[in-house]
Amino acid sequence: MADNGFQLSAEHIEQALEQWLEVEFTFLHVAELAASIAALPRPDQDFLLGWVQRIATTNIQIAHQFARHAIAGLAQLDHHVIGAWALHAMDTYDRAGLRPAIKAIKDLDNFVEFAHERVAGVLFEEIGGILLTFICGLSGRRLKLKEGETVHTDSETLFLPAVVARMQKADDNFALAKAMAAFLWAQTRFGTFRADLPTALAAYPDPEKALRHFHALETLRLDACIGRELPGLFREMARLRAELGEIQPLPKAWQRYTRELTAVGATVFDSLRLLDDAYRGEVPPPVCYQGELRPDAVASILSARKEREKILLRVKLAQLVQELRKQKPESPARPSRFEAKPGQEEQAAPERLELTLDDMPIAPPEDVRQLLTSIQLDLGEIPPDYLTPADPGEYDPGLYETKHADPDDVWQGTYHEEGATFYPEWDFGRQHYRKNWCVMREKDVPPVYDDFVPDTLRKHSGLVKHLRRTFEALRDENRLLKREPSGDEVDIDALVEALADARDGSEMSDRLFMRTQRSERNIAVMFMVDMSGSTKGWINDAERESLILLCESLETLGDRYAIYGFSGITRKRCELYRIKRIDEPYSGEVKARISGIRPQEYTRMGFAIRHLTHLLTEIEARTKLLITLSDGKPDDYHDGYRGKYGIEDTRKALQEAQRSGIHPFCVTIDQEARDYLPHLYGAVNYTVVDDVKKLPLKITEIYRRLTLN
Amino acid sequence: MQARALAPEEHFVETEPYYEATGDEIAIFEAAYRNKLPVLLKGPTGCGKTRFMEYMAWRIKRPLITVSCHDDLTASDLVGRFLVKGGETVWVDGPLARSVRAGAICYLDEIVEARKDTMVVIHPLADDRRVLPMEKLGTLLEANQDFCLAISYNPGYQSVLKDLKQSTRQRFVALEFDYPAAELERKIVARESGVDSALAENLVKFAHMTRNLKGSGLEEGASTRLLVHAAKLIASGVEPVSACRSAIAQAITDDGEMLAAMRELSSSLF
Repeated sequence: MADNGFQLSAEHIEQALEQWLEVEFTFLHVAELAASIAALPRPDQDFLLGWVQRIATTNIQIAHQFARHAIAGLAQLDHHVIGAWALHAMDTYDRAGLRPAIKAIKDLDNFVEFAHERVAGVLFEEIGGILLTFICGLSGRRLKLKEGETVHTDSETLFLPAVVARMQKADDNFALAKAMAAFLWAQTRFGTFRADLPTALAAYPDPEKALRHFHALETLRLDACIGRELPGLFREMARLRAELGEIQPLPKAWQRYTRELTAVGATVFDSLRLLDDAYRGEVPPPVCYQGELRPDAVASILSARKEREKILLRVKLAQLVQELRKQKPESPARPSRFEAKPGQEEQAAPERLELTLDDMPIAPPEDVRQLLTSIQLDLGEIPPDYLTPADPGEYDPGLYETKHADPDDVWQGTYHEEGATFYPEWDFGRQHYRKNWCVMREKDVPPVYDDFVPDTLRKHSGLVKHLRRTFEALRDENRLLKREPSGDEVDIDALVEALADARDGSEMSDRLFMRTQRSERNIAVMFMVDMSGSTKGWINDAERESLILLCESLETLGDRYAIYGFSGITRKRCELYRIKRIDEPYSGEVKARISGIRPQEYTRMGFAIRHLTHLLTEIEARTKLLITLSDGKPDDYHDGYRGKYGIEDTRKALQEAQRSGIHPFCVTIDQEARDYLPHLYGAVNYTVVDDVKKLPLKITEIYRRLTLN
Repeated sequence: MQARALAPEEHFVETEPYYEATGDEIAIFEAAYRNKLPVLLKGPTGCGKTRFMEYMAWRIKRPLITVSCHDDLTASDLVGRFLVKGGETVWVDGPLARSVRAGAICYLDEIVEARKDTMVVIHPLADDRRVLPMEKLGTLLEANQDFCLAISYNPGYQSVLKDLKQSTRQRFVALEFDYPAAELERKIVARESGVDSALAENLVKFAHMTRNLKGSGLEEGASTRLLVHAAKLIASGVEPVSACRSAIAQAITDDGEMLAAMRELSSSLF
């Protein structure tokens, strides 16, 4: 597409489509399609074909369907929204397979509700972060925010659609999305789910209708709550409604409901009371931000939460009592009585609850405070039986502790992804991440207590001594700086000289002081060790020997370090092997784990870099290093990770690491590494070690150079 | 007010600083002072620790010498050093030595920022010996009976590097400070800035929103001090949302997304 500015001809387009859609094998008909694309203006052509090419790398059928539907979509939507729709379809494909993805493509109309002309929609992906922070800032339970089919909440997670495109302007669409999120928040904050809605609504002949009327009543009440709590937001919500022509005089009966429900102190039970009367009349049209009410989705989550939080609170209170007893051993051993009273203020926000223990006010720790808030939101108060500290052994810890599933169990039973961490992966063909693509688990290397460590130390005893000396020289040292313009002490030599100078008639120096300068090493380093099958044999031995020598050196130096091995087979089984955690001492067990490192499967690298980057960002250090020990290119079994895809994903992951202030470095023994490593790490951030046997010596030397300021 | 130069030990707080007690901190401080016990003030930044010290200095009518600690603060910076004047070396007292001689209150603000080896020079002053060894002079300075040592520390920075050693902290009477309760904070903001009580209440609400964000992207929520700044801007005619942005949001974070979210929060309130 070199001839910029001119429309592409149908033949030209057909040729491109034939190639991308592999018409030779797929027998797709592209002539007609090419003809319709040829009629589009050039920017639309480039846009559309660009996406077809990108999608085709994921799946040809989706690309084909996309091309057919997008031509119509171009008339309605701006490029931004169409791109989001394409990505949404590919995410669906990753998650659920071809059929749902094709459905997502065909659902363009559903994807963008109410879009009639080119609108500037906002995407969940872009605004989710801001809205989550926004919701976090509002008071109440810690809520989650997710993309969902409809606007609703299950009282723990707020669901917003992938795109909000009902308004013309992007700013207004953002305001609408914010209004939706705030309205859902208001449902949890102002107690919509405090009543047993499924039962109450089932009492009506037509529960669906009752739900619609109830929703409308609650909307009146919650609007008033938002108006009192967040007047600025309420004004904006009213403006959106006005722009959409939603503000119309309410029926007479509804005006009366409004008066009752907007009163301070109105609760969900007032809405239910009025429902009897309202059920008989007409329901006012829905409000743009009200979304759906899903009492069923709430009910199951709610009952589980109530039970869990009661147990959790009682256990935590028991712990609290124990801690307080430890501080004041003289206090009487009689059972402690907790009380939770609302603060003095009217309509007190839940966080102003005052907790007292035997009439003494105490400041609850953050987790207890959040529990209290959450329970109060569900029940309106803290019932006394919630405040009785649990007796030791009353509850099975399994009921309230989050379980850590054994990563190996997962593979013995039916496959599931419980307890794993998900990482995205960069798809260079799609030019976008595949969401939650890698299923990552941390595992322990089984320690092997053998003679490997002492043998290694004996074998390299000369080197170990040399390394200790070299690294000792690097350690924190206080240097005395002389002839400084200011300092703690007078530098007598300098002073004598200066006085002699002064006698002499020459200028007197003002550098007359001494100062001690402390140089502090503040380094955290993460070693990422290749445990793929190809390291079998002497590479593995060399790696383990290198790690032993490194540890010996780093112990002398006092730098904080961690060692993780990585390996995996397919994206569903990405494994990181803990060898030494950053805060773990270099103990006998760590040595035994190093000795126990065995070659595993393949070299998928992106997830490992991403996870270790994440671990490093949680550590406070001036310099953070991520050093990879590898024997070859990124590679994996049978899912296309081999070759360019794997290299590009690894490169992306390294860029992410760099953006978080981490310096990645690679030490490899792959003689061909010069072909691809500069692309991954940059020209200077890697070293190829020619002789595997020299790896132990080289790596310590490399480390010394790297951290030398 | 005209600028004037004072020797540190002549700095008396002459007019009563505005301070609202949140508990029995005044009584505790006075009792500690009478018993010659040093005091440790704990609490997040901008919640009134320094104001409390000024208030107490006014109450007990002693000069107040404040040292803001930084990571390059050495023992000599506190105790004193020799300087060269006209070919002679002259000893100059540091702020700590001056307070000890003059019987002033020495307030070491953000003590954990100082180097670890600096902190130990206050140890002999902080127990019943109440002496300051002046190594370079070869003398031992006994404290004036009115001398008082106070340090402050923010336990919010959860970092191993910024923690107070047990040997230091166990010498002090500790007073815990936190942001005042909503009602009291509203009163403080209104009083310090002159805005009306409804606006002050909204500012306090905004502060609570930012404090809810602590741990999910913010290191620290908005302090009372920042609220007063914002309120002062509003009192001078700045729009509330802009005032929150400039005086509060921008002051606590540089993160673009966090700033955007805080803008939405403030515009929801005003």
